[in-house]
Amino acid sequence: MIRHQVYISPNEVKVDGKALTIKSCGSAMLTDLYREHVGDYPKFFKMDTLSKVGFIASELLLNAEGDRSFDPREDRAVIFFNRNASLQDDTAYQATIQDPENFFPSPAIFVYTLPNIVTGEIAIRNKYFGETSFMVIDSFDEKIIMRNLENAFQDPITKSIIGGWVDCSDEEHFEANIFLMEK
Amino acid sequence: MIVCVSHNIISPLGSTSAENYAAVKSGKSALRRYDGLWGLPEPFVASLMNRDDDKNGRYTIFEKMIIESAQKAISDANIDAASDRVLFILSTTKGNVFLLDKRETGFPKERVRLGMAAMQMTEYFHNPNTPLVVSNACISGVCAQIMAMRELEAGNFDYVVTVGCDVQSAFIVSGFQSFKALSPDECKPFDANRCGLNLGDAAATIIYTKKDKVGDNEWVAYRGAIRNDANHISGPSRTGEGSYRALMAVLGDLEPSKLAFVNAHGTATPYNDEMESIAIERAGLSGVPVNSLKGYYGHTMGAAGVLETIMSMQAVDDNNILATRGFETLGVTHPLDVTNKNRSTEKHAFIKLLSGFGGCNAALLMAKGGLR
Repeated sequence: MIRHQVYISPNEVKVDGKALTIKSCGSAMLTDLYREHVGDYPKFFKMDTLSKVGFIASELLLNAEGDRSFDPREDRAVIFFNRNASLQDDTAYQATIQDPENFFPSPAIFVYTLPNIVTGEIAIRNKYFGETSFMVIDSFDEKIIMRNLENAFQDPITKSIIGGWVDCSDEEHFEANIFLMEK
Repeated sequence: MIVCVSHNIISPLGSTSAENYAAVKSGKSALRRYDGLWGLPEPFVASLMNRDDDKNGRYTIFEKMIIESAQKAISDANIDAASDRVLFILSTTKGNVFLLDKRETGFPKERVRLGMAAMQMTEYFHNPNTPLVVSNACISGVCAQIMAMRELEAGNFDYVVTVGCDVQSAFIVSGFQSFKALSPDECKPFDANRCGLNLGDAAATIIYTKKDKVGDNEWVAYRGAIRNDANHISGPSRTGEGSYRALMAVLGDLEPSKLAFVNAHGTATPYNDEMESIAIERAGLSGVPVNSLKGYYGHTMGAAGVLETIMSMQAVDDNNILATRGFETLGVTHPLDVTNKNRSTEKHAFIKLLSGFGGCNAALLMAKGGLR
């Protein structure tokens, strides 16, 4: 059963279907959303765009749930899907090694060349010891996403899931459509 | 129960599961030192496939490997891969990432998308379903098997072809070098002198189906679990939290004495192996033999979970616990019974354990003939 839902695009944010007022677009909008709705988690500024989008979406979702608690729990999973995996970071990392005369591979970028890092960021923020998974399909497909999220409840520990779509092709182009789902 | 129908491994040590097992049992490894390969300024040790120069072919080396491995497993299973009751799941971390290099011009850049790479495989087999790609860092290979188990348990498909693959490139090697995670020599899992990992190319496939009755010689994927450390995106937990919890979830009320071994991640980085020793001890498994296969293959990333599960099934079939190549003296603070040579066993179950960036961990309990 879907309890809450958050949609984010570069120029639109909706929580449970209601549009939030936003003052900016794209990457600036993510920073504004952070300042207005989070504010106390400076790790946000170190994140890549995919993680920022997923993190902000999860914060809005959990604020909508209410009663924010940071007690460790294992019964909540974080399971995301997208199309581009970590393509933005892959492209940025490739630029650091493309030129043999100017070869400066960056560990700070390399660590984000895995799409599942965003699920780890959310688990760390909320102390979720439950399942974190990331899957890629070449186009958004609600049936496939819902089928796999329903399947995840086969793990008897899992009682709720932050799940859905979190995609990013570059700093200014992203989309999140995630929800809080209960068994 | 979810049962393994057939499997295949393609690696520098062979192109069937049996060839790979024979090579590893005799202590062979394809780890070699490469100096100046792909224009990389620093040498590295890795287990690499021969790259042919077929730049204008239809498929990249990554796509060739996943198709060939899947093909062999499909032909052994004798199933109709074009059926809509068959799902393909691909486990990979980086797929065709080498296509981002400006010098790579032979293939459309869109094939760098993991879903596009996976579709080269499903189109080859005329399979109508959208392939699912599991890209969950280094635990992908076990996660992909867990996703397969769930789809079959739910009755959504009759067969799931689970393929794990990664192909090394300047991208991946330089990234791990920038992390100072690579060993300058052949890696030494759990050893006092371990100083990092080696990387490797491989593709591996397991086909699963659901059965009500299981024969004594059939392998059952009994239980799988994925758990997070909730600690750090690139460093393992000091308490082995996620691995411990994944182990506890798959153990259930199973007596540890039923386990032939735990096939650990055992990458030979100082932190990973230490973390695993903590998790294994906390889970009450100090008395169970532990091994790692990284000394034979290096870390094969998206292939590792599938490849190492297949090797472990074959070892149990052979009443054998494989030696941990590269291991001499225990170098983790929690007591583990790490195998330094092949050792016999009469037991029928094992656990495959993995951990990865993003704080993720996965465990899979495999039992021959079910738990008995």
